[in-house]
Amino acid sequence: MEALSSAPSPLIALVGNPNCGKTALFNILTGSRQKVANYAGVTVERKEGSLLTPSGLRVRILDLPGAYSLDPLTPDEQVTADVLLGRRSGETQPDFVVCVTDATNLRQNLRLVLSLKRLGLPMVVALNMTDIARRKGIVIDAERLAAELGVPVVETIGVKTAGVRALIKVLEGLALPARARRPAVWLPLSSADIEHDQSEVRRILGLVGGDRLDGVTVSDRVDGVVLHPVFGPLILAVILFLVFQAVFAWAQVPMDAIKLGVAAVGNWLGAALPSSLLKGLLIDGVLAGVGSVLVFLPQIIILFFFILMLEDSGYLPRAAFLLDRVMGSVGLSGRAFIPLLSSFACAIPGIMATRTIQNARDRLATIMIAPLMTCSARLPVYALIIGAFIPRRTLWGGLELQGVVLFGLYIVGVASAMAVAFVLKRTGRGSGFQALMLELPAYHWPNLRNLGIGLWQRVEIFMSRVGTIILALMVILWALSSFPAPPPGATGPPIQYSIAGHLGAWLAVLFAPIGFNWQISIALVPGLAAREVAVGALGTVYALSATGDDVSGALTPLIAHSWSLPTALSLLAWYVFAPQCLSTLATVKRETNSWRYPIIMAAYLFGMAYVGSWITYRVAMALLS
Amino acid sequence: MVTISQSPLATPASRHIQLTELSIGTRARVVSVASADAAAPVELGRRLAELGFLPGEAVRIVARGLMTRAPIAVRIGTGTFALRLFEAACIRVCPEQPQPC
Repeated sequence: MEALSSAPSPLIALVGNPNCGKTALFNILTGSRQKVANYAGVTVERKEGSLLTPSGLRVRILDLPGAYSLDPLTPDEQVTADVLLGRRSGETQPDFVVCVTDATNLRQNLRLVLSLKRLGLPMVVALNMTDIARRKGIVIDAERLAAELGVPVVETIGVKTAGVRALIKVLEGLALPARARRPAVWLPLSSADIEHDQSEVRRILGLVGGDRLDGVTVSDRVDGVVLHPVFGPLILAVILFLVFQAVFAWAQVPMDAIKLGVAAVGNWLGAALPSSLLKGLLIDGVLAGVGSVLVFLPQIIILFFFILMLEDSGYLPRAAFLLDRVMGSVGLSGRAFIPLLSSFACAIPGIMATRTIQNARDRLATIMIAPLMTCSARLPVYALIIGAFIPRRTLWGGLELQGVVLFGLYIVGVASAMAVAFVLKRTGRGSGFQALMLELPAYHWPNLRNLGIGLWQRVEIFMSRVGTIILALMVILWALSSFPAPPPGATGPPIQYSIAGHLGAWLAVLFAPIGFNWQISIALVPGLAAREVAVGALGTVYALSATGDDVSGALTPLIAHSWSLPTALSLLAWYVFAPQCLSTLATVKRETNSWRYPIIMAAYLFGMAYVGSWITYRVAMALLS
Repeated sequence: MVTISQSPLATPASRHIQLTELSIGTRARVVSVASADAAAPVELGRRLAELGFLPGEAVRIVARGLMTRAPIAVRIGTGTFALRLFEAACIRVCPEQPQPC
């Protein structure tokens, strides 16, 4: 063991074509829980973990973005090539490469193995997804393959541990001691080289088996329907519609339970604590604020349930296929679809995922419109206002009106994104040859364990936001709303005399033309940190404005009572556009390496939000008068 | 421009068509890959080759879009890719019917 502390741990890199199961393998090797899904380009940056082998050897393991070759075209492939060639600053070249291959698609995957052999780093080939291959009747002679390639070959199943143990055993044998590095010389492959490699691949496949090209697969038959020019778009529309219906229809029971729980805690605190400043902080600050956000957890879980199912089944790239015409007509790269779809969860991973887009201008256009996709943090705001102002009514065909309105808000976001993309295209951004070249992976049933982990992670993220940033902001907001105390003889609620009250009155001048009262204006400010905070802030502000003994959890009837419908619609319009999220702007700064684009983004989104809200407010006023 | 040389498969050039002209389900073999449009990015043909669009490989169209029959979903070897028309236009193929290439 002493030798271990003196020598640096060997560094092992997982490399392979996109979507061959590198990250699933990485998760098993290192006990991590990195995101896996069934489409190319889930991993867009290097991830490091470590593994302690049974014999006590500590190895560092790198998960790298998938690559079709070592001559990168996209920013994510660049990461992989730079790490492997030792060109990445501050990073040593890996001692060892595990080339992960999809056993059902060796014809494509083996070319990368041959490239890595040219590179000369010590290597082992992981023959992954052997379970699926076997079910398809593909039998590969792994020993023969190892002999032909001249490197060890281990059969693995990315989601099971048995093959991984065998892989660890091979690593133990080979990775010790850490090898002396030698600079890898890499010359970009010529077309003749690629053709040569392919004939070598054909020769090897002829010897080891596993090259079944014949026949129509199950995935082909599914695609016959799912990608059908008429049925395909219909199925897509039905799926999307179902999601939004479910967000409202399924969430009612758990939401009511949370509301009751919050109210019970409030009542208990109210009865148990003597009237004091602390009681005010706990009930009006913490419980009213945090409780009003917490209520939306069930809806967020339902949304992510569908997102994760679609991601894991392999449907996402099909949706990209079906909507490619629309994307192309506004000058977007076909590869922009998946980053934009990821932005429905959160714009930050969506913006990171644009690293899979080759052309820098196409990538920038995608980044600029990503925040217009309705992220899950907007859901609490939408759900609050819809719940308060849109009646629960069933339309024809059993559709819930609330779900239809929510769907409409998402559509408005998408339509404005398309409009902005079109303007960007007209102003000369975009290459004219926006690539698609998107792999359509074989379908598989969503893995329940993955689904469970994914949902649990969303719960953790949501709860940690509630417990940290939202809680902290609520305490600050409560303090700003409670001090200074009202002068003697004051008649209005105390908050009007506080710092926040004055700030709100001042902001309300700015927002009066679009129908926002001072309570909304205050709530928008902490909402800049995270959108759902605005809901909590409204909870706190209204709890403090109330003269009676209103308990938290009752925000919905409060705003239904005190806002006009035009104000509510105007606030919805505001949230469709407003860049109410500083972390998104920080991510844009990092990904574009410039302040220019986050500033442009914030300016144009605020502009659209103000104009959009103004029009909505005025039109609604005119129609209702 | 990236041009990938003619495959050794000797078929009369008259039978070679663009991949975009192939009908759904018809088996074919790739003959050559080259950027069809001089304005197209130079790396286009090369990336298609890296995805597996190489002379001699089996190819078949799985699905097409509605209006302009684009994009197209193409089976190449054992993988499937969605391509826009300008990408598919770089690929020349030889249909296996009525007789094999």
